[in-house]
Amino acid sequence: MTTISRRDWLLTDRPASRRQARLGQIYRTWLTFRGNWLAMVGLAIVLALIIVALFANVIAPYDPVIGGDLRTARFLPPLTGNHLMGTDDLARDIFSRIVHGSRLTLMVVVLVAVIATPIGLLVGTSAGYFGGWTDTILMRITDIFLAFPRLILALAFVAALGPGIENAIIAIAITSWPPYARLARAETLTIRDSDYINAARLQGASSARILWYHVTPLCLSSVIIRVTLDMAGIILTAAGLGFLGLGAQPPQPEWGAMIASGRRFLIDQWWVATMPGIAIFVVSLGFNLLGDGLRDVLDPKARK
Amino acid sequence: MGEVMLEVQALDVTFRRGGDTVRAVRGVSLDVARGESFGIVGESGSGKSTVLRAICGLAPTTAGTIGLKGTSLATPRPADFYRRVQMVFQDPYASLHPRHTVDKVLAEPLAIHGFDRREARIEQALSEVGLGSDFRFRYPHQLSGGQRQRVAIARALILEPEVLLLDEPTSALDASIQAEVLNLLDRIRAERGLTYIMVSHDLAVVAHMCDRLIVMQHGEAVEELTRAALSAHRATTDYTRKLLSASEGYTPA
Repeated sequence: MTTISRRDWLLTDRPASRRQARLGQIYRTWLTFRGNWLAMVGLAIVLALIIVALFANVIAPYDPVIGGDLRTARFLPPLTGNHLMGTDDLARDIFSRIVHGSRLTLMVVVLVAVIATPIGLLVGTSAGYFGGWTDTILMRITDIFLAFPRLILALAFVAALGPGIENAIIAIAITSWPPYARLARAETLTIRDSDYINAARLQGASSARILWYHVTPLCLSSVIIRVTLDMAGIILTAAGLGFLGLGAQPPQPEWGAMIASGRRFLIDQWWVATMPGIAIFVVSLGFNLLGDGLRDVLDPKARK
Repeated sequence: MGEVMLEVQALDVTFRRGGDTVRAVRGVSLDVARGESFGIVGESGSGKSTVLRAICGLAPTTAGTIGLKGTSLATPRPADFYRRVQMVFQDPYASLHPRHTVDKVLAEPLAIHGFDRREARIEQALSEVGLGSDFRFRYPHQLSGGQRQRVAIARALILEPEVLLLDEPTSALDASIQAEVLNLLDRIRAERGLTYIMVSHDLAVVAHMCDRLIVMQHGEAVEELTRAALSAHRATTDYTRKLLSASEGYTPA
C-alpha cells in the first residue's frame, strides 16, 4: 500500500473489495466525464446553484422580502450603491431575491426528480417486464398523461389543488413521469429476455427482485440522463406557473413570479424582469449541459 | 441403469406469436439416470436448446410431462427446483449482468435461497472453477470469454444442484479454451456426482462428455445412441450418419 498511488488503487483491474470495485467504476466514469469541458461547465453551474441555495442567508446582502425606503430606493438601476442587480418596484434588492429564489428553484427540481423518477421507473419496468395486460393498462394510462401538453395539465392540477409552490411541484411531478415510464419500458423490453435475466429467474429470484436488482440498474442511466435534460423544462414550467400566478405566491422570490411582476416595467426598468430571466436561463443551460455530458458517459449506446 | 433422475415424456413446445405458431419440439422423450451425462445433438433450429429451456421452465410446455426424481414438475417451478437444477448458458457474453461484479453474481443466488457461510461459499466456488480470489470483484467486461463462462459455471454450482443443464457451454469459446472448460465440467461431475444434460451441435464434444445421447431433427428425436455406438459409427438413421460424416470434416470428393 505504501508505493501505489490512489489513482492506481482506483484503476486496478483486480480490486480486492466490493468498495474498491465500486469506487474504481465511479472513478472511471468521472475520468470520462472530466474530459468533456461543456459538461464540466454544466456541473459547475449546478454546483453553484446548490451552494448559493445552501448559503443564501450569507450571500444575500439584503432581505429578499422586506424592501428599502419606498421613496428613495425603488427602481434603482443595476450597480447603484450596494444593489448589484438594482431594486424592484417595492425597493427590494433583486440580487438578494434571486439568491433566495435559488432555494425555491432547487426545491422544485429536487422534489420533482424525487417524486417523478421512481414513479416512471416503477411503471415502465413493470409494464415492460410483465407484458400482456399489465403492459397494456399501464401504458394506456401513460398515454393519457402524455396526450395533454405538460403546462396545460399542470395548470389543471394547480387549479384543482389551489395555487402555491407545493401544489405546483406536485402538479409538475404528476405530469413529468410518463416520458420516464416510456423510456424505462423500452429499456426493459430490450433486456427482459436476455440470458442474464433468465439466469436470475433460474436462480429462483422473485419478479420484484429481478425488477429491482437486475432491470432497474440498467434502466437507471438513461432515465437519469433524461431527468437531467428535463430539469430545464421543469424549471421553466415552474417559472411559467409562477408567471401565471399559480405557482409561488407573493412575496416569495420565485424567479418566474419575479418576471411576471417586472413585466409591467419592462420598457423603463428593464432589469426588474431581465435579471431573474438570466438566472432561469443560466440554470436551465447548466442542467442541459450536464445532461448532455452524462449521456456521453452513462449511455452505453452513445459511446464510441 | 440406475435411479432415474430426470424424465421427459412426449414433450411438445409450441411458440405462438400473433397468428404464427412454431412447433419447436414434437413429442421428445428422454430419461436420464442419476450421475449420467446425457447429450442432445442436432443442427441449428432442431429444438435441442428448447428442450433444456422447457425443462427449467423458460419455454412453455404445451404437452407432455417433465419429472424430477419421479415427481412431475409444476409450472411455474417451485423455488426448491432451482436448488436442484441449474443451467449454464451458451453465450458467456450475454449471461452475466453487465453491472454486477463476480462477487454480486455469486452472492445473489445465496441471498435468494438464504444460504449461510456466504463468504466461504463464494471463495470456494471461485477456486473450484479455477479462478483465484482476485477475480472476485471484477466486472464482466474485465474478464475474457473463458473466464466469464467459468463464472457462469460457478454461479450454477454455488446452489449445489444435482442436475446441471448445459446449453452449448463451449460453442462461444475458442478451441483451446473449449477443452479447458470441458475438462473442468468433467472434473466437477466426477467430484460431485452431478447429472448433466448437455446440448451441442458438436458431435466430438458430446462424444467426449456424454454416456448417451439423442439426435434431434426438426423438433423430433430421431435416434438414441450410446457413446460406444457413436464411436463405432453404428448409427441407424441417415440423418445421424450425415451428422457423423459432417463432424469428421471436409472430405474431398
